[in-house]
This record gives sequence, C-alpha cells and structure tokens, in this order.
Amino acid sequence: MKELRNQKAVAGLLRDISGLARALPSPVRVMEVCGTHTMSLFKHGLTPLLAGAGVEMISGPGCPVCITPNGVHEAALALLTQREGLTLATFGDMTRVPTSKGALQAGVPARNSRLRIVYSPGEALEEARRSPERETVFFGAGFETTIPAIAVTVQEAEEAGLSNFSVLRALWLIPPALRALLQSGNIAIAGFLYPGHVSAIIGLRPYAFIAEEYGIPGAVAGFEPGDILLAVRSVLAQLAEGKPRVALEYSRAVRPDGNPVARKLMDEVFEPYDATWRGLGTIPGSGLKFRKKYLAFDAGRKFRLRIPESGGDLPGCRCGEVLRAAIRPDGCRLFASKCTPESPLGPCMVSYEGACLIHYKYGRGKKGDA
Amino acid sequence: MCLAVPAKITRLEKPNLGLVDYAGTEVRTNFSLLPQARVGDWVIVHAGFAISLMDKKEARKTLRLFREMAKAA
Repeated sequence: MKELRNQKAVAGLLRDISGLARALPSPVRVMEVCGTHTMSLFKHGLTPLLAGAGVEMISGPGCPVCITPNGVHEAALALLTQREGLTLATFGDMTRVPTSKGALQAGVPARNSRLRIVYSPGEALEEARRSPERETVFFGAGFETTIPAIAVTVQEAEEAGLSNFSVLRALWLIPPALRALLQSGNIAIAGFLYPGHVSAIIGLRPYAFIAEEYGIPGAVAGFEPGDILLAVRSVLAQLAEGKPRVALEYSRAVRPDGNPVARKLMDEVFEPYDATWRGLGTIPGSGLKFRKKYLAFDAGRKFRLRIPESGGDLPGCRCGEVLRAAIRPDGCRLFASKCTPESPLGPCMVSYEGACLIHYKYGRGKKGDA
Repeated sequence: MCLAVPAKITRLEKPNLGLVDYAGTEVRTNFSLLPQARVGDWVIVHAGFAISLMDKKEARKTLRLFREMAKAA
C-alpha cells in the first residue's frame, strides 16, 4: 500500500482539497474522531499541510484510555494493591495513567498479586485458565473495535466455567458521544472523519443522524496518508454540493453494514447505559455494562469496587477539555512544561492515541516552537 | 487502542483460532468475529482478534485511483 503514500498523489489530493476549501467559508474545521487518525495526521505531517490548504483539523474524543475517568483507574489501582492473589491484566497505556493515588505501574501489589501487560483480552483469559487458584481481572478499555473481542473472551470464560476471570470494564460507544458533542453546540464542526476500525464493526448507519439531523458531512477513513486525504476531500466535496452523507473511503476494510457477527456477540454480553466520560460528562447510552447472564464476570461487582464517576485528576490537567476539543493541547499551561511523556499529568499525555502526547511528539514539541 | 493491522491468514484451527502472517511474523489470532475467514484471506487484526475481511477488489480500486493520481500529477 505504498501507493497511498505516493508524494505526487498526495500533492494532487491536497490541490483538490485546497480548491474546494477556497470556495467554502473559512476555516473549514474537520474533526478526526479517532486518536489513531490524529497520530497518522501528525506523523505524516498532514495537519500543517491541510492547514495550508484551508482545512483545520481538530482532534476528537477517540482515545479510550483518555476518556476513562480517573475513578475507574483508581478502582483498578485499589484492586491491585489491596486484593491478594490477583493478576490485573491490561493494555500497556493503562498502567501509566496518573491519578491522585498514583499510576498502576507504580502501585505496590498486594501479597501474591501482580500487574501484567497484555495485548489481547485472550491473553488474560489464558492466564485465568493456567492459574485456577488465582483471580485474573482484565482491565479493558475500548470502543466498538475492542468490545467484541472482550465479549468473545467473556463467553469463552463462561463456557469453560472459569469463575476466576472477570473484567473491569471501561467500554465506550462512539456515536452517542458524537451526538453529545454536537448537542453541546460548543464547537463548530464542518465535517467528520469517522474512525476506520470502529466503523469496521458498526458500519455506516450509526452516523446517519449526523448528516440527517445536523446536516454535517462525514467520511469513514483509513489510516494511510492517502486514505485520510481522500476522506477529507470527500467531506469538502459534500460541503460544496450541500449534500451531507456518510461516505465510505476505506472500502477495502469496512463493509457498509460493518461486522454483524461482532455486533451480535457484543449485544449478547453487554447492554448500553448512561456512562460518564472524562470531559464530556454523562452521555445517554454511551457505555456498556454486563447483561444479567454475565454479571458474574463484572469485576466491579465481584470485588465490590467503589468507582466514582469524577475526581481523582491531578490539579491543572485539562485533558477533559482537550477531549471535547474546547482547547488544543498547547492551550494547557502544563503542556510541555510540567506535563511531558516522561512525567505525564494526565492520560492525554500517556496514551499513544492521546492528543497531548501526539502534539508533543510530532507537533510543535515545546511550547512556542510553532 | 483502535490500532489494527492488515495480515494474511496462514493457518486455521478449531475452534476459531489460527495464525496470521504480519510482516513476516506468525501471530496467533482469534477468528470468532470472522467465521467466514479462510486461509489466504487478508484480515484486519486488532487486540489478537480478526475483526474485518479485506476486500481485494476494493483495495485494487483504491490502488488504481492512486496510481492514476500519481501519473496525472
């Protein structure tokens, strides 16, 4: 797929975009919902190129590590440090999120307990199988891309009769969050780049309300530079024609109806509830919890964890405002001064999908270098 | 977290487990979400699970588009 990085093709697309943008009221502000898009935009230097073409890219809430409130991270820490004979398995980023009680990786595990970094929920299940005398808890944060994998893992645990496996859940749904962003009316968004791999699961229909009710165009995008520019061009073309829709510009990986098998599994294990996001508040139907049949796998219930919906943030951290695009990372006084990837003060500087980390790494770096 | 990579299926075993070749490395992958996958198919893999089948025809269309743009420029 090196063609999707071809300089001449990229230049051609940028010319198209610039031509379209000139005829539109400026700035044309397009939100990339997904943190992996933010990373690709910065890594390939597309954000400044697009700005030059008249399109201002803004980062959305698409970082599950970031939008998980610190109360959940602190509950995980309490489990690791207080419960004996337990393995807490989680993705690498999750272990470094700073809270008022410290980060998971710095927590001193209770006797015979340990923290384990995994790349798949399947690895946590394997651990539970191998060590029946221990409790294994998978601390899983994710969007629709990751949730079906967790659902499969829970069903496998149930079928195998594993009572020593459970999930501390931080499971979030993208479309309700986009509705909340639009309803807040705080930011003027001309168009959306929809997340490629979330869409591989949910398909196009869940975004239809954005075109129909809000008249805002959007396109599902892949992650190569060419993919992203194709999607931006589509959004601008829709604006020019005045015909907003949900376009698919990542057709090699996404079917218009997504992955129905994955959605069915997700629906068997989980049900929606009104969840609280960092920075976005409580959003109707935006989180998933266990259905009755699978309640035994809910670590929060099993270990009677207290999971506050707010609080536990380090003073001064404005990650929440970054997530709802109220400020850019360098709008925070701590950015690149007290808050760096080496000593992060919030999850947006921890996760590789976090806007602060990405801006630091690929963007302006230090404040004032712009 | 939604980082996912394209990989080619090299082996399928029951139940729903198999191997994919990702940039020369064989990686154990769960196919519960993609029961229709066959050896030789390209899939998108996320967190140890194949989540989507790559559509060769659509991939070729995109490649053609980019080759034409590269020539035209």
